[in-house]
Amino acid sequence: MKPVAPKPTPRRFHQASWDEPVIFELSQPGARGVLLPQVESGIEQEVGDVSSTLPEALRRKTLPALPEMSQVHVLRHYDRLSQENLGVDLNIDVGQGTCTMKYSPKVNDQLARSHKLADLHPLQDESTVQGILEVMWRLEQFLKEISGMDRFSLQPGAGSAAIYTNMAMVRAYHTSRGEAGQRDQVITTIFSHPSNAACAKVGGYEILTIYPDPDGYPDLAALQAAVSERTAALFITNPEDTGIFNPSIEQFVAAVHAVGGLCVYDQANANGILGITRARDAGFDMCHFNLHKTFSTPHGCGGPAAGACGVTSSLAQFLPVPTVEHDEQKYYLDYNRPHSIGKIRPWFGVAQNILKAYAWIMSLGAKGLREVAEIAVLNNNYLLKKVLEIHGASAPYAKGKRRIEQVRYSWEQLSRETGVHSEEIGYRAADFGTHYWTSHHPYVVPEPMTLEPTESYSRADLDEYAAILKHIAEEAYHSPETIHTAPHNSTVHRINPEPFDNPQEWAITWRAYKRKAK
Amino acid sequence: MRLGLIVNPIAGIGGRVGLKGSDSQETQQTALALGAEPQANLRAGSALETLLRHEIAFEIYTPPGLMGETAARQCGMTPHVVATTPADPSTAEDTRRAAQSMLEIPIDLLLFAGGDGTARDIYTAIGTKLPVLGIPAGVKIHSAAFAINPRSAGEIAAAYLRGERVACGESEVVDLDEEAYRKGCVTTRLYGYLNVPHWLHLVQNRKAPTPASESVRVQAIADDVVENMLPEWRYVIGPGTTTRAIASQLGFPKTLVGVDVYNREKVIALDVGEARLLELLGNQPAKIIVTPVGGQGFIFGRGNQPISPKVIQKVGRENIIVISLPEKLNALQGEPLLVDTGDPAVDESLTGYFPIVTGYREKVVYRVAS
Repeated sequence: MKPVAPKPTPRRFHQASWDEPVIFELSQPGARGVLLPQVESGIEQEVGDVSSTLPEALRRKTLPALPEMSQVHVLRHYDRLSQENLGVDLNIDVGQGTCTMKYSPKVNDQLARSHKLADLHPLQDESTVQGILEVMWRLEQFLKEISGMDRFSLQPGAGSAAIYTNMAMVRAYHTSRGEAGQRDQVITTIFSHPSNAACAKVGGYEILTIYPDPDGYPDLAALQAAVSERTAALFITNPEDTGIFNPSIEQFVAAVHAVGGLCVYDQANANGILGITRARDAGFDMCHFNLHKTFSTPHGCGGPAAGACGVTSSLAQFLPVPTVEHDEQKYYLDYNRPHSIGKIRPWFGVAQNILKAYAWIMSLGAKGLREVAEIAVLNNNYLLKKVLEIHGASAPYAKGKRRIEQVRYSWEQLSRETGVHSEEIGYRAADFGTHYWTSHHPYVVPEPMTLEPTESYSRADLDEYAAILKHIAEEAYHSPETIHTAPHNSTVHRINPEPFDNPQEWAITWRAYKRKAK
Repeated sequence: MRLGLIVNPIAGIGGRVGLKGSDSQETQQTALALGAEPQANLRAGSALETLLRHEIAFEIYTPPGLMGETAARQCGMTPHVVATTPADPSTAEDTRRAAQSMLEIPIDLLLFAGGDGTARDIYTAIGTKLPVLGIPAGVKIHSAAFAINPRSAGEIAAAYLRGERVACGESEVVDLDEEAYRKGCVTTRLYGYLNVPHWLHLVQNRKAPTPASESVRVQAIADDVVENMLPEWRYVIGPGTTTRAIASQLGFPKTLVGVDVYNREKVIALDVGEARLLELLGNQPAKIIVTPVGGQGFIFGRGNQPISPKVIQKVGRENIIVISLPEKLNALQGEPLLVDTGDPAVDESLTGYFPIVTGYREKVVYRVAS
């Protein structure tokens, strides 16, 4: 027997393409996935007419317009769609920088699917849901320890919802002091999470954005010029999306406090500082976490997200209601909080994600959390070195300095020399079965690429991803047409994204599609 | 599809031999005497070759000889020769006449090979009436009407002719300010705008929303400025497409490269010089609205010279409103915005940080240096 030839680097890939119709188009009248057995006569006599036990208002007049299909056809349909997809469990997902695409342990999914959680209803009496209330209360204690803050709310349904919650609490704070009218500006930096500016803007604030100094650090002099009696708050990310940690963060906080503003720490990307630095220790008044990033619960769009807002004790009065409290005997929900901003979303938080984040923290412990950050930073700096060996790539700013958990690279040189743009490298990356992301708009770093390797990827994974980038960069110099016409082996095509911004051009339900498609 | 091609054959001739441009005939002769070889035809050919690789059906229209016909034939194409008889060597007037005749055909896209001087000639002839893209071949390339290199010009032209991935927008034509140059001062000046196709940066994933179109974002800046306009105050508005949106929002005309004066209710004067401006301001409270022009980030001293040191002093630093699309700031790559009013003391007083209006209720706090 001959030995199997080694696989080429990068490995060849070809994605399945099924031309699969929408499931409603597959419907066959009369087809069924499950045929229920006839009810035995004894039972029928005993129970009587079941539907009559439902209130009249709850009874359907018409049958639901669901597709009629056999089980195997449903299974085949979704298996085919999944083959046309590129998920975090399938690819080396380091190309989605700022998203912290780490492994979400399957055991935690099993916990969340357990009937012990899945069968709960948020309207149940508190005495019957002591378990999940305890998990929420205990998770709050963990997050307090991790951030140094005094209280947390787990209610927000996503990271940006948490930032919005913080914005609402900033406004409540200034209102309580009679300064809400005067304080109409929020300051952020251009490399902060863009949701900081977006949430504050939605809240009615004018946004002042600080650009980096020539070395890529947030410009302290610009901040000092920006703060005034109009400053409501500083919303800032650290490390920024460049992966650079703000060395003068304490001066930033001091400058904002000096004019009476609050400091809000965006910790959507806390993966590189877990167990190493704390928001409170840097003087912040508030912070937030994305449980679906740092704490491994699946990402929004890959499952429901979850956000957590932390505040100092003097701001705790403004937290959303209810808070989860604990006395000697029991856990309970506290609605009696007269200064609260109210509710941010229905119920109490995304329970399955809260459980998953709790389980993840419990499985690691304090030392384990710090190790997560250390490996994430090590992986990132290993990949940084590999990428900088590729001709045409660079990492602007902070020359010679290491980065925290991610890097915003630039293909400016490659683009200038070959005419190939960063977006096109992304299309070509799909040909190797990997994801790739440029940056938020507008592009401050020219021809950007943002990679965040987290702690989940092995050295071999990072080598493979770097080899794909190297291969594509070489193609840019030798056969740019291959990249201009990519993708060739993927179902991801070049699409004009503009219609996505026009609700008349898209439909997320079959009913809406039938209404809009003309 | 119809493609026009105009080559300024002597463009760039001064560059290789260390001259600062090729605009005057004297310079051209000196350059030739120094052994310079014309580059413009080669660069036009390189752009055409890239375009031809895309196998798009199109016809090409060029002036005769070295003004385009030669480059087209060298790429194996048979051009329709536009009937002009250029001088030998061709002159700026020949470029302008050729551009005019492209307007009459009309062509779908005009490629021209040259530098800032050529861009100016094309602008003078046709303004924004045709989509135009520059193949960089000159010594001075400050105008935004040029692709980054000939190959890229070919790629953008191909995408444009196929109707894909590009959108047209007004791009600055800047060139050496000859008036200032004669006074011994090398500065650039905004001469006008050409209608230039740009890459539409299609994004692969939806983590980053598509930025709203440029016109919508310029409108948002205008909304912010207009909302904050005070009654009784006069507004001195400098040149630019971004500042023009403010006048449009008010329903007023605006000169594209001139300085105009308004209040909230009416146009007070268009295209004013320094003296008239000082007279109009009198003792009225006033604000100055400017946007960076010329690609290097000058907010004063390039294209808005009527807003002189005296005018700035009269109005006061706190009454200066700087507006800009964020990408203009991003293009500076961390370099500060600049002022060069001609008065070092006034320049000094303008340095430091300015809140730049970049959108509706959005500002960037940006550094200004002299």
